[in-house]
Amino acid sequence: MSLENNITKLEDGRLVLNMGPSHPAMHGIVRIILTVEGERVVNSEVEIGYLHRGFEKTCENSNYNQIIPYTDRLNYVSPFINEVGFVMAVEKMMGVELPERAKYIRVIMSEISRMTDHLTCIAANAMELGAFTPYFYLINARELLYQSGDMASGGRVTPNYFRIGGTSFDLTPDFIEFTKNALKKVDSYLSDTRKLLERNRIFYDRLKDTGKITREDAVSYGFTGPLIRSVGIDYDVRKYSPYLVYDRFDFEIPVADGGDNYARFLVRMEEINQSRKIIEQALLQLPDGPIDVDDYSVRLPQKDEVYGSIEGLISHFKLTFEGPKTPKGEIYFAVEGANGELGYYIVSDGTHKPWRVKVRPPCFPVTGALPRLINGGYIADIVATFGQINMIGGELER
Amino acid sequence: MKIMELAGIIKEKFEKSILSSSVFYDNETIVIRKEDVFDVIKFLKDEQSFDFLMDVTAVDYKGYPDRNDETRFEIVYNLFSYKNNKRLIIKTLVDEKDLTVNSITSLYHSADWHEREVYDMFGIKFINHPNLKRILMYDEFVGHPLRKDYPFKKRQPRINLRDVGKNEEEE
Repeated sequence: MSLENNITKLEDGRLVLNMGPSHPAMHGIVRIILTVEGERVVNSEVEIGYLHRGFEKTCENSNYNQIIPYTDRLNYVSPFINEVGFVMAVEKMMGVELPERAKYIRVIMSEISRMTDHLTCIAANAMELGAFTPYFYLINARELLYQSGDMASGGRVTPNYFRIGGTSFDLTPDFIEFTKNALKKVDSYLSDTRKLLERNRIFYDRLKDTGKITREDAVSYGFTGPLIRSVGIDYDVRKYSPYLVYDRFDFEIPVADGGDNYARFLVRMEEINQSRKIIEQALLQLPDGPIDVDDYSVRLPQKDEVYGSIEGLISHFKLTFEGPKTPKGEIYFAVEGANGELGYYIVSDGTHKPWRVKVRPPCFPVTGALPRLINGGYIADIVATFGQINMIGGELER
Repeated sequence: MKIMELAGIIKEKFEKSILSSSVFYDNETIVIRKEDVFDVIKFLKDEQSFDFLMDVTAVDYKGYPDRNDETRFEIVYNLFSYKNNKRLIIKTLVDEKDLTVNSITSLYHSADWHEREVYDMFGIKFINHPNLKRILMYDEFVGHPLRKDYPFKKRQPRINLRDVGKNEEEE
């Protein structure tokens, strides 16, 4: 596109400027149409949809187990949480109660995902603001956690680990030792990053008082996760409606005041710490036992059952070809995603395929509020704000 | 507060507006008449402190077992009260002949994008919405993809795909 098309001059000296869809200073594909007056943003409009792949329509034409790998691609930096949310919504609908070990595995993997998500967010944000060293520290730390997830699931970014009614494989014997070591290393990377960023003049100045939002507006815009906690509201699904075994762990919900980018940064940094605490406790408490429910209408039978008994063989065949069946009805189930409340609204017509799946992506309302966050600020502040709202195209546009 | 109490309070305030109410695990659902959507949600927000609008979505029930086409669409409002830690799902039925609902953008900022998505995917129009246009699909797109009568494998490329074989022959 030529420059003339990109910049439109208005009569009163204002400019209409396109930022995106593919802009080097922003990750993700989103187009922001800015009206600027000098360096100030007067008005802005956000245009999304560049990564729309029809996730919800695809779900209506797939059976429940086929959808799990698709959910990995919603928020591709915290895939385990997406899976847990979807799988648990379906399980709740079917009335399946998981064995203890499976619950712990889900908690551990969810928290690993939360850590990788926050690490990526802070790393990318710092890099876009010119701090390159913390990026390498944090991405190295993330890599360790990815390896840990890889060790359990066999997939580094898109694990496809959980199943309706259980887990695809048990944790490997060296998983616990590896994860414990990884957490220690992550901790040292984090403390290095802290020293580099927290009181860094440039970093602080660019985050403090930019992208500000009031408490009332944040609530009205439907913010959740680190963004609502940065305006002083301690809403967290893990505490407010505990799922899995989150009520057994000692952890806190970090809250910050200010509602600006720096508050968001502080909340995310502390949340990584809290997640580490949860994983350490969960690894200590991790019980032995089965990882799948003992119900052949939900979860595949063991291989010796399949080859040794007719019931096992039939269930294996039925589950592979048709998938688990849900009762008629509808359910909304939310988990605490890395960015906030990740909800699944599933309507079933009593068959093997969902009638409708709606994902409530945490960054959808936040991106909707982006004009409110950047209007009145400088163009350069958009980069800081956009990094801190952590828009993930995969879940935003589904 | 139990759902029956809440349904009772709404019933007192808005006669005949509640069509049904149900509980499924912790999902408490109230179905209300379409005309009262704005008033009931405003009441819930102002007086029952449902300050979060988590989600707005729609479901197309065309061809759903044991259900007639008269109430083809259902709009689902997902409200949350931070103060009382309570979730409530408000549903309303939309007839295919009259695909309009009152917008609640003036109550919640988040309704803006959620309603645009419902319009984009289902073609349900929200009255008094300030900026009702497509959000995920592009403006030239024909139809509404999440409707059940939109074919699953239908393609509408924005720019027509080049016929590679043909071009090679011409060259």
